[in-house]
Formats: sequence, C-alpha cells, structure tokens
Amino acid sequence: MIEILPDKCDFCGCCVGICPEDAIELKEAEINIIEELCTNCSKCIWSCPIEVLKFNRNGVENSSE
Amino acid sequence: MKNHYDVIVVGAGPAGSMAARFAAEKGVSVLMLEKDRDVGYPVRCGEAVSKAGIEEFIPSDSKFIASVIDKFSMNAPDGTEVVLPLEEKGYILERRIFDYELAKSASAAGAEILTRAYVNGLLIEDDIVCGVKFEYRGEQHEIKSKVVIAADGVESRVGRWAGIKTYIDFRDMECCAQYTVSNIKIDPNSLYFYFGEEYAPEGYFWVFPKGDNSANIGLGVSGMTGRKRSAISFLNHFMEKNHPDASILTQIAGGVPCSPTLEKIAAQGIILVGDAARQVNPLSGGGIASGMIGGSIGGRIAGESVKMKKPDHLLSYQKAWNDRLGKRHIVFDKIKNGIYNFSDKKFNSIAHSFSKVPMEKRTLGNLFKTALINNPSLIIDVAKVFVVK
Repeated sequence: MIEILPDKCDFCGCCVGICPEDAIELKEAEINIIEELCTNCSKCIWSCPIEVLKFNRNGVENSSE
Repeated sequence: MKNHYDVIVVGAGPAGSMAARFAAEKGVSVLMLEKDRDVGYPVRCGEAVSKAGIEEFIPSDSKFIASVIDKFSMNAPDGTEVVLPLEEKGYILERRIFDYELAKSASAAGAEILTRAYVNGLLIEDDIVCGVKFEYRGEQHEIKSKVVIAADGVESRVGRWAGIKTYIDFRDMECCAQYTVSNIKIDPNSLYFYFGEEYAPEGYFWVFPKGDNSANIGLGVSGMTGRKRSAISFLNHFMEKNHPDASILTQIAGGVPCSPTLEKIAAQGIILVGDAARQVNPLSGGGIASGMIGGSIGGRIAGESVKMKKPDHLLSYQKAWNDRLGKRHIVFDKIKNGIYNFSDKKFNSIAHSFSKVPMEKRTLGNLFKTALINNPSLIIDVAKVFVVK
C-alpha cells in the first residue's frame, strides 16, 4: 500500500501527472490516494522529487486523512 | 457567477489566462476557475523565458522581470565551462507577479475569475463535455458551458475525465526540486547549466540569477533516475558542495512533462492547453511561452467555435497547435533522446571541442551540432529547429 507523508508534501502534482490509474486526488494543500483505484505500481514513488511517498508493506492506512 | 458560460477555463496559469483572454476577446462569456487561493502562487518554476516568448502576449515590464539574461554558462562534469552569448535576450521572471498580470489581462478582456474553486468533475451528456462540477467556499456547484478548456497543469485530471489519455510515462517526467536562495555570488546576467552523473543524470541542473545575489537553484531528473535517487538529494548535495553559506528563501518541488504533445488535445466540448496538454518544450523543459501560445490558440478557436455556433470547429485546435509548435516539439524530443543519457566522458569531450569555437560562432544550434557530430540524422533535426551558423 502506498502512503503519502502529508507533512512533507509540497502538493506539486508530479505523482498525479504520472499516475496511470487517476488514483491520486490533489486540492490546494490536500492530497489523497484513492485506494480503490491504486494498483500499487509505485510510479508515484519513483517520480516524487522530495521523497514524500513510500511503499508500506504492512498496509498502513492512508495517513493524509 | 452565472449558471452558464460559453467557455470555462480550468486553471489560471499562463496557458489558462491566455485561453481565457483570447476566448473573451472573441466576445463570448468566459469563467476561469483556479484551485489555489492566489493566482501565481505557489510558484513551481525555474522562471526562465525568452524575451520574444512573453512579448508576443504582454509588454516587458520591470515589475515582473527579476533578471535580464544575455548568456548561458554550460558546465561539463569535469568543470570545463563553456560560455554561450545569446543573440536574443532572456528573462528570469517573478512568476507570482507575472501570472497576476496575465490574469488581469484576461479579466480586462471580459473573463470572470474565481480562485479557490476546485474542479472535481465534468458534466457530460451524450459523450459531449458540457460543463464542470466544482467545490467553492465549501459548497458543490455545477455550471454548464459550451466549451471546457483544461489548463490544469502537470497534475491535470480534467482531460482524463473526458476520456483522453493524459498521464505521462514516468521516464518522460522530469522530477524537479528547487531552492530560491540569497547570499550567493554569480553573474546576474547568466544562466548556468550543469550536466552529468554527479548533479543531474538524465536531466540538467540549473542556477538562474534572480535579482541581486539571489538565484533559483534546482534540477530535474527523469523518473528513471528518481527511482534510484530523488531530486532533493541531488539538490542538497550541490548546495553543500558549492553554496554552503546560502540562505534558502523558498523550496519547491514540481514535475515537468518532457515529451511531445499528447496525441489528442481536442474532443467534443473540450480542449487541453499548456502543461495539461504536455505542450512543454521537451528539450529545454520550458513551458511558459509554449503554454501561452497553446492557450492563446485554444482560446481563440474556442471563442470562434461558440461565436460561429460550429462545435466541430473546436477540433481544428489540434492542427493549429501542431502547425505552430507541436511538430517542432517532436523534433526537440528526438534531440533530447539523442543527448539526455550521454556519459560524463561524452559531456566533457563536447565541452572541450566547443571551447575551441570562437565566441562569435557560438550558438545553441552549433553546440547541439558539436554534441551530435556522430549522429548525422539528428544533426539534420538540429538544423530544422535551430539557426546554425
């Protein structure tokens, strides 16, 4: 499960632009992964310029809520 | 706010504001929606642009120009510096002021603007886009329109909701991090570029002067590189090594889609402009001027299509864009693919060769010609898009 660390996020939208599933939702200073759409492909993690996304093998709840 | 507009523009960056302005100038009603509280802020940009690129749309004005640029400094991995005088001047902008001025020009042409208006869906009837759903001041709204113009940036989702494939391959995304710093000493009229493994593999590192003793310092690396090491870690390494005493005023992240334009940027009731359409110059990563051009063409055609009551006219935007810049961007993309994974050794040897070129013969075209000397087909491409002396 992919997790966004909201306190570190700059809300730049890089991950939204590369997400093939339209599974990331970005407002002004609010970002969420739409779990039903996410396939854990990890491309968002690779593209994040500031290491805000990480893969959590234990399936931790999306902490941005 | 009315309950129907001829044209709704989503996003108030340079592309959105030009789309709104050029549509409004055709005499149709226009509403531009911006998700952030302020137009022009936060800035996610190195802020470099050519003088000609902005003067097509707005006269140069010192209030949004931080620095005037007359040369490039290209730096190879072994430290060899090649200076390239520019025939045409460039600027480092103050985007937060520049974007404001562009939005004001859209408003002066008759467009209405709402900020903090977050578009979260499209109205679609019989497969034709006919308006947007958005959140504004805590309430959900729906407004109908004849045309929706998606100018919602690299993070664009509006096009996807209309069934257009807009996501970008992570290899083509330049993942960027940038600090705006003060207390550094550099030539205030030069853009500095650094290439190679240490600072920015599969991309480049930049130092752009911003007024006195200040600069935008950042880099972009491909998602392929980002998979192994993030942009911010390259940035911190550069700062520790070269500018340990600089004060950081701002830090930002961002993505620059460096690919040819999307195959489809127009459909019934909707067009895409700017970063949302992937109209960035894929070689330089510059998207301000090309976004304004895309926005202006899109806005004009949207306005005409409403005025003439010919919805199909909207689809002519695709060809109009390709003729103006789209085809050029395909060539830029080929050149980019020819050079972006050069080895350090190769960058060094290019710099050594180019150092021998006399100053008056140093042009960007000649630099790329030197870089691609062993690749004749790409040299022809260079000649197509650059003036080669």
